[in-house]
Amino acid sequence: MKCDHCDKPAVVHEVVIRNNATHEVRLCAEHAAQRGYQVPAAPVTQLLSQFAGQIPVLAASARREPAGPVRCPGCGLAFAEFRQSGVLGCPGCYEAFMPQLGAVIERAQAGAVHHAGRVPPRMEGMADRAAMRSRLLQELDAAVAAEQYERAARLRDQLQGLGGGAS
Amino acid sequence: MQPPPVDPACGPESDVVVRSRIRLARNLAGFPFVGRASDAQRHEIMLLVTRASQGEGLAWVNMAQTSPEERQLLVERHLVSRHFADSAVPRTVGIDPGESLSVMVNEEDHLRIQTILPGLRLEEAFTRAHAFDDAVESRVDFAFSSRWGYLTACPTNVGCGLRVGVMLHLPGLRYTGEMERVKRAAKDMHLAVRGFYGEGSEAVGNLYQVSNQVTLGFSEDDLLRRFAQETVPQLVDYERSARRLLLESNRPLLEDKVHRAVATLRAARLLGAEEATKLLANVRLGICMGLLPDLTLDMVQRLMLQVQPAHLARIDPSAADEDKGRLARATMVRKALRG
Ligand SMILES: [Zn+2]
Ligand SMILES: [Zn+2]
Repeated sequence: MKCDHCDKPAVVHEVVIRNNATHEVRLCAEHAAQRGYQVPAAPVTQLLSQFAGQIPVLAASARREPAGPVRCPGCGLAFAEFRQSGVLGCPGCYEAFMPQLGAVIERAQAGAVHHAGRVPPRMEGMADRAAMRSRLLQELDAAVAAEQYERAARLRDQLQGLGGGAS
Repeated sequence: MQPPPVDPACGPESDVVVRSRIRLARNLAGFPFVGRASDAQRHEIMLLVTRASQGEGLAWVNMAQTSPEERQLLVERHLVSRHFADSAVPRTVGIDPGESLSVMVNEEDHLRIQTILPGLRLEEAFTRAHAFDDAVESRVDFAFSSRWGYLTACPTNVGCGLRVGVMLHLPGLRYTGEMERVKRAAKDMHLAVRGFYGEGSEAVGNLYQVSNQVTLGFSEDDLLRRFAQETVPQLVDYERSARRLLLESNRPLLEDKVHRAVATLRAARLLGAEEATKLLANVRLGICMGLLPDLTLDMVQRLMLQVQPAHLARIDPSAADEDKGRLARATMVRKALRG
């Protein structure tokens, strides 16, 4: 399996939906890195066994979340500890581990990337809604730039849920 | 099929839905989550929560001052989780006099607000849990982010922190071989399906706990509406048609399961808790199918609770010993079902 953009072997294989048609993306390590995928530093033997018919496993591991801080400055929890236990140390962990945690939550929550429920009375108001909206728009731009179309579609849905177009 | 028996004590749709459960996970802002908090902080959290709950009519049970038997009793009543009962951290549970609302402080999250009502009454259960949540939130700040919503120790609860669940009795689907299909469909719908009793994969008594897995990206109303007005009614219909099918196409099998269960319970001299649960579940099915007109659903539901070890020991203190417990359990059940 070769990269879509050069002759090197592809390490990322993803099926995306574009204009209502499925479309396969194959990327070599270099082109994957350019598009924001973090390629795992797996031993060659492991990669080979995954090539032998287990593409989805490889794709999942290749789509690993980008690197972020190793410890939460608030409570000292190491991200590796969270990986082990599945339990975070403090509310601040969400902000501290945002780069890595975003993808973990998205997977655990069936693709949801934003709260859509009630807001504490102390935080109600337009300012909050506007902040939420601009943040979603930023994420949408990033998703489109990275050719993550499924993700982009979900973000558009959430923006619509907020009561405004995604344009 | 005849309409489901109306037993007001057991709630709506009680031929299939044994009970409804709502759970909200909340954490106080400014503290680590329970697992990473110091004991001093855990005590402070207990103090803040119990204070913020004043006027809500809860009785607080400090778990450090309870016996293992009392903790087991709370688990069997579904007022606390097994994890909470077995935990070693300072913790307390608030229980309302009707035992429909309980608030665990220092479970995995600082607060686990839970409402349980018999039958399909999810909206009512949610309203009750939400009212308590609101009352406490007017006095303390919960950890919240505009992106992730209510922040919880485990990201699988983040967002609404809302778990909507029902305990379903699904013997029809089990005996018609449809259960695996239901489980697969449930998985696609991001629902968790577990056997209610027991540790293994087998669901003792064909009793299943079904709940939502996704807590992010939907409003509370959406989660609740989809689950209470679409998911559960679908499962209820499916189970009812499976029962109807059994009655039409395999009535001897159905009658055998039901009458064999009644006969065993009326004759047994020694009875384990799991065996009793299985048999009583088949009696439950018989009552709902109109095969046992002399027994009531309410009585069987109560028996299903009373055969659990800690409840049995309350009724008959000698039952604390497991062997004597088998004797006491059989005696109690025989007396209750005397035809
Ligand atoms: Zn390439
Ligand atoms: Zn932290």
